Amino acid sequence: MNKVIYKEFLSEKVARIVLEAPDIAQSRKPGHFVIIRVENKGERVPLTIADSDVQAGTITLIVQEVGVTSAKLVALNAGDYILDVVGPLGQATNIHKIGTILCAGGGVGIAPLFPIVKGFKEAGNRVITVLAARNKDLLILEEDMRKYSDEVVIMTDDGSYGRKGLVTEGLEEVLKREKVDESIVIGPAVMMKFAALTTKKYDVFTQASLNTIMVDGTGMCGACRITVGGETKFVCVDGPEFDAHQVDFDQMLQRLGAYKSAEVKAYEEYLASTNN
Amino acid sequence: MKDLEFYKQERAQEWRNELRKSIKPKDRTSRERVEMLEQEALIRNSNFEEVNLGLSIEIAVSEAQRCLDCIDPTCIDGCPVNINIPKFIKKIEGEDFLGAAAVLKETNTLPAVCGRVCPQEKQCENSCFYTVKLNKPPVAIGYLERFAADYERNSGQVSIPEVAKGNNIKVAAVGAGPAALAWSADMTKLGYDVTVFEALHEIGGVLKYGIPEFRLPNGIIDFEIENLRKMGVKFETNFIVGRTKDFDTLRKEGFKAFFVGSGAGLPNFMNIPGENSINILSSNEFLTRVNLMGALRTEDADTPAPMGKTVVVIGGGNTAMDSVRTAKRLGAERSIIVYRRSKEEMPARIEEVKHAIEEGVEFMNLHNPIEYSADDQGFVRSMKLQKMELGEADASGRRRPVPIEGAIEEIDVNVVVVAVGVSPNPLVPSVLSDLEVTKWGTIVVNENNMQSSIEDIFAGGDIVRGGATVILAMGDGRKAAAGMHEYIKEKYLV
Ligand SMILES: Cc1cc2nc3c(=O)[nH]c(=O)nc-3n(C[C@H](O)[C@H](O)[C@H](O)COP(=O)(O)OP(=O)(O)OC[C@H]3O[C@@H](n4cnc5c(N)ncnc54)[C@H](O)[C@@H]3O)c2cc1C
Ligand SMILES: Cc1cc2nc3c(=O)[nH]c(=O)nc-3n(C[C@H](O)[C@H](O)[C@H](O)COP(=O)(O)OP(=O)(O)OC[C@H]3O[C@@H](n4cnc5c(N)ncnc54)[C@H](O)[C@@H]3O)c2cc1C
Ligand code: SF4
Ligand code: SF4
Ligand code: FES
Repeated sequence: MNKVIYKEFLSEKVARIVLEAPDIAQSRKPGHFVIIRVENKGERVPLTIADSDVQAGTITLIVQEVGVTSAKLVALNAGDYILDVVGPLGQATNIHKIGTILCAGGGVGIAPLFPIVKGFKEAGNRVITVLAARNKDLLILEEDMRKYSDEVVIMTDDGSYGRKGLVTEGLEEVLKREKVDESIVIGPAVMMKFAALTTKKYDVFTQASLNTIMVDGTGMCGACRITVGGETKFVCVDGPEFDAHQVDFDQMLQRLGAYKSAEVKAYEEYLASTNN
Repeated sequence: MKDLEFYKQERAQEWRNELRKSIKPKDRTSRERVEMLEQEALIRNSNFEEVNLGLSIEIAVSEAQRCLDCIDPTCIDGCPVNINIPKFIKKIEGEDFLGAAAVLKETNTLPAVCGRVCPQEKQCENSCFYTVKLNKPPVAIGYLERFAADYERNSGQVSIPEVAKGNNIKVAAVGAGPAALAWSADMTKLGYDVTVFEALHEIGGVLKYGIPEFRLPNGIIDFEIENLRKMGVKFETNFIVGRTKDFDTLRKEGFKAFFVGSGAGLPNFMNIPGENSINILSSNEFLTRVNLMGALRTEDADTPAPMGKTVVVIGGGNTAMDSVRTAKRLGAERSIIVYRRSKEEMPARIEEVKHAIEEGVEFMNLHNPIEYSADDQGFVRSMKLQKMELGEADASGRRRPVPIEGAIEEIDVNVVVVAVGVSPNPLVPSVLSDLEVTKWGTIVVNENNMQSSIEDIFAGGDIVRGGATVILAMGDGRKAAAGMHEYIKEKYLV
C-alpha cells in the first residue's frame, strides 16, 4: 500500500500524483518506470517516474486519463492509498554530455520526457525542447521544462498556443537551423513514428521511449514485445528507450490496439457507473 | 543414498509390525489401484473448480493397505526429497491421518501441493515395488500424500512447526516460489530472522501465476503461506531485489546471506515470421492474465485476455496442457495442442494429457508452426504448420522430429499461445558481475550446499536447473537452508 501525498490536475485529464515510495525514490534514475495496481481487481499499468524526492521518500507520476485504470488513479486524492507500486523498472536513460540534444514530447509523453530533459541539462548539455499538444489546455509542464531547457518550442494542433502545427514541424525548424548531436522523442506512437522519420532525414541519432502494453514489467510475459532492427525486444527490460530509426512503429501501433474494444467498453461502463 | 538402516529401524517399530501382519501380502497385492474421483469431464471443462476431488477416508485406507511396507522401500529413492513413504502410508492405514501429515512434513514443506502436481509416474511411483517387480500399477503415493495433507488442513488441527529461539541473524530470499518457501520454513525453524522478497504482488511464484486453479487451488497455497507467516517468515511483495534495492544495500541493512530462487520465468518464442501479431502470446502472459489477474474469469477484473473460436497452444509440457485446458474453459470452441513430436514424447504429466483429451482438447502431434498471417489490423488469422516424422534418436534418447518435405498445412486461428519453454530469469545475474553463470544463464552452485560463486549467495530451483519441477525446487531450497546455516555458523557464530 502506498499513500497518495499530493494530487493536482495539470489539465482536464492529466494529474500530477505524488506517492509515498521511499525505496523507489532512492534507487530510481531518469527513464525508469513503475508498475502500479490501484485496487484489488485492478490492472497492472506502467507509468514513468517523472520525478522523485529522496528526502521526503516520494515519487511523482503524471498520469493521463485514457481508460479505466488511469481514471481510477486520477480520481484519488491526498490521503488515499494505492494497492501496489513496484519498481524502478526498465533501463535508465543513458544521460551523458554530448553537446546539443533535441527533446520532443507529445501529449502525455511530455511527462516521461521531463526527467530526461532535467538530466541532460544537469549533465551540461544544450537542451532544446519541443512540446506538442492538441491545444493549449492539454499542454503540461511548460514551466518545469523551461527551467531545464535552453529553448522551448511549443506547437499546438489548433494554434491556440505557441505555433500552429505538428511536432515534426517544430523539430524540422531546429534541425534546419543548427547542428543537433542527439535527439529523444516521447509521445503517442504515431507522433514518434513521424518524429523519427524527420530526424532520420538529418541523420541525427534518435531514441524513442516506447509505451507498449505491459503486464508484469519484469520480462516474464512478453506482452510488451516489439520489433527493433528486425529483432524481437521486450520493452520492459530491454527498453523502454530504443533507437527510433530501428523501431517498427506500425507494428507497435497495431499491438497497442490489441484490447481496444474491451478497453473502450470497460471505460464507458466505468464512466457510466461513476456518473450515478 | 538413503540410510537403509534408519528406515529398517523405523520399520521395526511395533505399530508397523502389527499393521504388516494384519493383512496377508497376497491380499494386498491382489487389490486394484484406486481411481481418483474426478469432476465429470464435460462439466469441468467450463469451470475452474479442481478436477480431482480427492479420496474418501475409506478409499484412502484401502489404498494404503496395498502398500507392502517393503524392507527396501525403493519408492523413497524416486522422491527427490526422500519422503519416508511407507511410514506415512502406514499411518494412513492405521487411521492416524494427522500422524501421516506429520511424517510428510518432516521432509516436504508443501505436501498438499506436491500430492497434486508432482510427476509421480516418473518419480516415487515409478520406483515403487509394484512398478519395478510386480509389473502392476504402483501404490497411489501422490493421491495418498494429497489425502493426508488435505485431511490435516481441513481438520483445523494443523501443527505449526516449532521454531528455535531467535538468533537475530537476518537472511533473505529473492523470489517467493516453492524453492524459497521451502528454504524459508527451514531457516525460520533454525531461528533465523527471515524475509522473502517477491517482485509480483502475490506470493507463490509459478504456483500462483502459472499452474491453474483447476489443478492447484490458490486457497491451498495461501493456507501454507499463512502458516509460514505464523512461524515468523516476513513477506515483502512488490520488491525486486537488484532494482528496488540492490544486494549491497541489503547487506548494509544487516542481511547476512541470500537465497536466490528467482525461477525460470522468461518465455521463449520461436522467432518465426508473424509471431508478433496480436493475440499470439506466451503461456506466461496468457496464464498470468487469467490466473493472477482474473481476466475472463472474474467479472469485475479489469485485466483483459484474448479469446476466440480457435485457440492453438504450441508445446507438449505441463505449461502447454495448462494453457490449452484453460482456453477450453474460457469458451474456445476448438482448443488445439500443436507439438512437433509424437504424443508419447510429450513431457507433460500423463494425468494432464489424459484430462485434456477427456475435456475435448484436440492434438496435432508431429506438426510444427513455421509462419503466421494476420489481418489488416494485426490480429493473427492463420498459421502454417510443417508436418514432421520421427527420425533417428537424438541425445535425449527420443527420436528426433524431422520435416516431411512439402507437407505443409494451413489452419485458421484466433489465438495462439506459445509454450515452448522458458529461460532463467537474468535479473539477479545481471546485477552481480561476480556471479558465475552457465552459458544458458543458470546460476552455478556447489551441489552439496547450493552456494554460488559469491559466498553469501545461495541459489536453487529453476534459476539453477532451468525449467524443472516443484519438488526439485523445494529440495534445493532445503539443501540451501542447511548449507547456509553451516556457512553462517562458521562465519558468525564461532
Ligand atoms: C514504460 C511506459 C511508461 C508510461 N508512462 C506513462 C506516464 O508517465 N503517464 C501516462 O499517463 N501514461 C504512461 N504510459 C501509458 C500508460 O501505461 C497507459 O496509458 C495506461 O496503461 C492506460 O491504462 P488504462 O486502463 O487507463 O487504459 P486502457 O483501458 O488500457 O486504454 C485506454 C485506451 O488507451 C489506449 N492505450 C492503452 N495503452 C496505451 C499506451 N501505452 N499508449 C497509448 N495509448 C494506449 C488504448 O488503445 C485504449 O483505447 C506509459 C506506458 C509505458 C509502457
Ligand atoms: C504453467 C506451469 C505448469 C507447471 N506444472 C508443473 C507441475 O505440474 N509439476 C511440477 O512439478 N512442476 C510444474 N511446473 C514447474 C514448476 O512450477 C517450477 O519448476 C517451480 O515453480 C520452480 O520454482 P522456483 O521456486 O525455482 O521458481 P518460481 O516458481 O518460478 O518462482 C520464482 C519467483 O521469483 C520472483 N522473482 C524473480 N526475480 C526476482 C527478484 N529479483 N526479486 C524478487 N522476486 C523475484 C518471480 O516473480 C517468481 O515469483 C510448471 C510450470 C509452469 C510455468
Ligand atoms: S513429494 Fe512428489 S515424488 Fe515425493 S513422494 Fe510426494 S508425490 Fe512422490
Ligand atoms: S515401494 Fe511401493 S509398496 Fe514398497 S513401501 Fe514403497 S510404496 Fe509401499
Ligand atoms: S511486460 Fe511482461 S515481459 Fe515486458
